[in-house]
Order: sequence, then structure tokens, then C-alpha cells
Amino acid sequence: MSDQDSATAYWKANLRLIKWSLVIWALASFGFGILLRPLVSGIAIGGTDLGFWFAQQGSIIVFMVLIFFYAWRMNKLDAEHGVDEE
Amino acid sequence: MDQTTLNIIVVGLSFALYFGIAIWAKAGSTAEFYAAGRGVNPVVNGMATAADWMSAASFISMAGLIAFVGYNNSSYLMGWTGGYVLLAMLLAPYLRKFGKYTVPEFVGDRFYSNTARVVAVIALITMSVTYVIGQMAGAGVAFSRFLEVDNTTGLLIASAVVFVYAVLGGMKGITYTQVAQYCVLIIAYTIPAIFISLQLTGKFLPQIGLFSEHTASGQYLLVTLDGLLNDLGFNRYTTGSSLWLMALFTLSLMIGTAGLPHVIIRFFTVPRVADARWSAGWALVFIALLYLTAPAVGAMARLNIMTTMWPQGAQGEAVAIEDLPDWFETWRVTGLLGVEDKNGDGKIQYYNEKSEAMQALAAERGWQGNELVTFNQDILVLANPEIAGLPGWVIALIAAGGIAAALSTAAGLLLAISSAISHDLIKSTINPGISEKGELLAARISMAVAIVVATYLGLNPPGFAAQVVALAFGLAAASLFPTLMMGIFSRRMNSAGATAGMLVGLISTTLYLFLYLGWFFVPGTNMLSADQYLFGIPPTHFGPIGALLNFGAAYLVSSMTAEPPQEIQDLVESVRVPRGAGAATGH
Repeated sequence: MSDQDSATAYWKANLRLIKWSLVIWALASFGFGILLRPLVSGIAIGGTDLGFWFAQQGSIIVFMVLIFFYAWRMNKLDAEHGVDEE
Repeated sequence: MDQTTLNIIVVGLSFALYFGIAIWAKAGSTAEFYAAGRGVNPVVNGMATAADWMSAASFISMAGLIAFVGYNNSSYLMGWTGGYVLLAMLLAPYLRKFGKYTVPEFVGDRFYSNTARVVAVIALITMSVTYVIGQMAGAGVAFSRFLEVDNTTGLLIASAVVFVYAVLGGMKGITYTQVAQYCVLIIAYTIPAIFISLQLTGKFLPQIGLFSEHTASGQYLLVTLDGLLNDLGFNRYTTGSSLWLMALFTLSLMIGTAGLPHVIIRFFTVPRVADARWSAGWALVFIALLYLTAPAVGAMARLNIMTTMWPQGAQGEAVAIEDLPDWFETWRVTGLLGVEDKNGDGKIQYYNEKSEAMQALAAERGWQGNELVTFNQDILVLANPEIAGLPGWVIALIAAGGIAAALSTAAGLLLAISSAISHDLIKSTINPGISEKGELLAARISMAVAIVVATYLGLNPPGFAAQVVALAFGLAAASLFPTLMMGIFSRRMNSAGATAGMLVGLISTTLYLFLYLGWFFVPGTNMLSADQYLFGIPPTHFGPIGALLNFGAAYLVSSMTAEPPQEIQDLVESVRVPRGAGAATGH
């Protein structure tokens, strides 16, 4: 693979990773935390429902996990595609 | 020793620490002044970013914001943290790879246009100056409340402290003082929260306590709180309304967060692109330590107030004036709490007098209106140590923590402003031939001037203090965020498109705010009122719409004009891959 092809493949992989990360990001906040809360209101958590927990804690925890996962995955992709920092 | 003396000692010690750091971290070059020499460890940078980000409002007001509204204000929690996901994936690593010092510099180079750069400087200065006014005012309030000095003196002390370490150390000094300030503020926030959680639920971690059983009532804490609020005519804590507006507001805060230059430039200080990614994660961890505690503090403090006012529950008798706890009197003196025995029965009835059901009940029980007449939301954090019966040194820590939160954010904003002036205006536009030494001096002078202006504006706030945060977030969301993102993710985006997009985003957002909140926020000059909101969207929620207009205008104009030159397309390619980041740090 030439450098150019490798860089293109790397960027595509990055975009794919961002896309799925942002789907989860939106699902944890706008989804379960807000708009889909009525759908999951049947699941009780500590005196309230799952949606309330997502809005006040769950979403933030998901955000943290997402960023660390992204950083770990990207640093690996850097090396695989030979575009990491020397 | 009385409380004020103790407060002065603890706050004084924290200042001594900041000064010590300032002398140790004196900036010797522009690279150090603008980007701390790019040698900041990613974890350390995460901590500094957390302090940079969490303002006096986060520290003092956020728990109250959530406590008084409940579920709907979860927007602040999700919005002010979710932005970091966008920052970590869409902006920070690529801007670090680009390897320059300021946000307008990227805009100017990527869009090969000084006009674009100057528009970015204007956007940056508008949002940062409005934001810094609130911080200076917040520092003044924190001083006057805890150290018994008047507001003006408080503000002047605060600016003098920032002056010393920001002018001397630039980004380097600010970074390491922010780390110290983070430690002070997180300890001050967490200790009272742990004690309150132990008292109410027996759980050590407030984050667990929030969803646990309330020891006194034998029910879940949130169930007890919902029940009490409902019985007294308030909205239930866990119930939401207008979910689409809530989602829009959350999105507005998220993209606003990602577009704030004083946060973005923090990621220029780490050595490598990989570090910028890790650093965003660490920043969020340190922010979450406070943001996951805040909703617990809010709910627990609210429950504490309710049970203080209604010791026998909502069906029993209200609290008698002579039975009010000591902390109540302490804070009544400051004017943050106020009671008035309207019906002269020697008891204080606290209920929602606007609720019709409550008005009927009040007539029946001989109440003549809500008697807890003043109840400032900031009290929930400020009075927490006293409510929990904690010793004086914890109260002093809260004082130091509130001041640390205000100073750290103010310093970050001031650096963003001064580097835009000395690097983007003086070095690049007015006097390109300026020497390294000359630019460092210019940076220091810009910083000094920015502090003086911010102090002046803090002393004479332009009368729209409440709206300024909405303006800053709206502008960040509508101007810088879309432009930076297109600069990285669209190779085809050209100079004309980006400039048009930024202008459309800036102007539409400002216009929407001014139309409904008054021209330059002067009360009474608004041309439209709240019932005429476009699609029911309040001005505070306009950020995403402004961003959409920015994207739309940029793509339209760009598609009608020539594509960017080859070297710019190569620049975009190089920003996308980490390799070579070390080489790009030179200037």
C-alpha cells in the first residue's frame, strides 16, 4: 500500500469510529436521558427511572468511557496505518 | 479564632501557593507564554482543563440550578460534559497536529485568508470578554461573602492575583496554578458532599447516596423529595417537560463547549497528538468528579431545606421561628435567605404560592403566602458545610474553592484574549516583523490590558450579566465550532465559504438574542417577546440553529466558488494524520 492509500484508509477508519461513537454519545444523552426516557421509564433505579439516571449520571459515565475508548483505538490505528508519531 | 480570620488564612495560603507557582513557572519564550512549551503531561493538562472549564458558576451555582428545577436542568450536566466528546473526536487532536498557538491562527491558515482570521478574532474576543465579566464578578462576590470586604475590594484583589501569575507565567504559569486550583476546588466541593450523603443516606459516595434509601424516612431519597415537593405545590423533582426543547438546549451547551477557544487552546500544550486524545478523557474525568457530585448535592440540599422547614412533614406544622437552625441566621444576614411571618403565627410556611391547589389549602390552614421570601439558589453549596455541621476549616475551604474556580477560568479566558491580540492581530496583521522578544513583551502587555478591561467591566457590569453566558455559548456554537470542524473534515471548504458561514452564524445568533433580549441586552429595547419565539425556540437554545445556518451558508458559498489551492488541501491531509506533529511545533 502506498502512503496515500494508507492515509486514506486511516481516515476512513477514523470517520467510521467517530460515527459509531457519536451514535452512542447521542443515545446516552439525547436518547435515554431525554427523548427516549418515556420508553425506558419502566426500569426502576433507586427511587426513579433509568432515564433520570442517564440524564444525571449515566450519560457522563458513557462520555468518559467513549473518549478513552476512542483514544485507545485511534492510537492503535495510528500504528497500524503507519501514521503514528515517531 | 473567628470564621472570617480562618477564611482569610486559608484563602491567603492558597494565594501564596499560586504566587509560588507563578515564580517557578515564569515564561521565557512565546512558546511557553502561549502553549506552556508544549511540555504538559496529558493528565496534568486534563486537570488544568477541568479548572479552566469549571467556573464560579459550576462551583457555586450549578447544584442550585439543578436543585430548584430538578430533572429538566440535567441539560447542564449533559451539555457541559458531552461537549468534550466532540472536542476529543472532532477538534482537539487535529488542531494539536496543526501545531500553532491560537484558534484564529488555524482559521487564518486553513482558509488562507486574513479576513477569516480577523472574523475569528472578533468572535473569540466577543465570547471571551462576555464570559470573563461573569468570572470577575463571581470572584468579587466570593471575596465579599467570605472575607467581609466589599465587592469592589474583592474584585480588585482577584485581578491583582491573576495579574501576577498570568502576566508573569502566561500559559505555563496558568497551567500549573490551574492544577493547584483544581485540587483546592474539588476538595472543597467533595468533603461537605460526602458528609451530607452520610447523614442522609449512610452512603459514603454522594453519587450512590442520590439513588439510595433516605435513612430518616425509610424510602428512597428521590421518592421522599418528590413527595414533599408535590405536597407543597412544587414541581416533582424527577418529572420532565418540553423534552424537545431540553434536547435542543443540551445540544446548544455541548457544541458551545466544544467551540470555546479558552478550552481548545489547552490542548495545544501537550507534547503529542495521542496526548491530546488522552488529555480530553482525563479532563472529563476531573470534571465528572464535580459534575457527578453536583446533582447529589442539589437533591440532598433541597431535601435538607424541605425537612428543615417542615420538620413533621408537609401535613404537620411548619418550623417555628425560634427553632430555625443557626446556619439559617448566618445566611439570613447576607440576604441570601429571607423569612417573613406574614400570618403572624410564629411559624414559617414554605410552599409554592403560585399553585392553585396550594392556594386553596393555604386558605384552609390560615397561611397568607409563602414565608420563605428569599431563597437564593447559591445557598445550597455555600451553606452546605454549616447545614452538615462541619468544622470551620471546611467553610474556609469552600471560600478558597469558590475563589479558585473563578480565578482559574478567568485566567484561561484572559490568555485566549491576549494571545489573539498579540499573536493574531499584532504579530500577523499589524507588525509581522516583530521579534520573538518583542512578541513576548506584546503578549504580556496584552494580558495586562485584558485584565484591566475585564476588571473595569466586572466593576461596571453592562447590566446583562445573566445573559452573557448564553451569548458566549451561542456564539461559540454558531461561529467557531462549525468553522473549525469544516476546516478539518471538508477538504473542499474554501475561504469564501468559511468566512460567509462564520459571519452568518455570528450575525444570526447575535440578532436572535438581541431581538428577544434587547439590543445589546438593554432592557426594554427588545423588538419581539417570548410568545413570538421562532418555532418556540428561546434565545438561549439558538446555538445549534446558528451552527446549522453556518454550515448551510458555508457549503452554499463554497460550492459556487473555486476550490482551495493544492497546498491548502495538502495541509488538510497533514492535519488528519498524527505523524510529524513534533516537527510542526516549531514556528
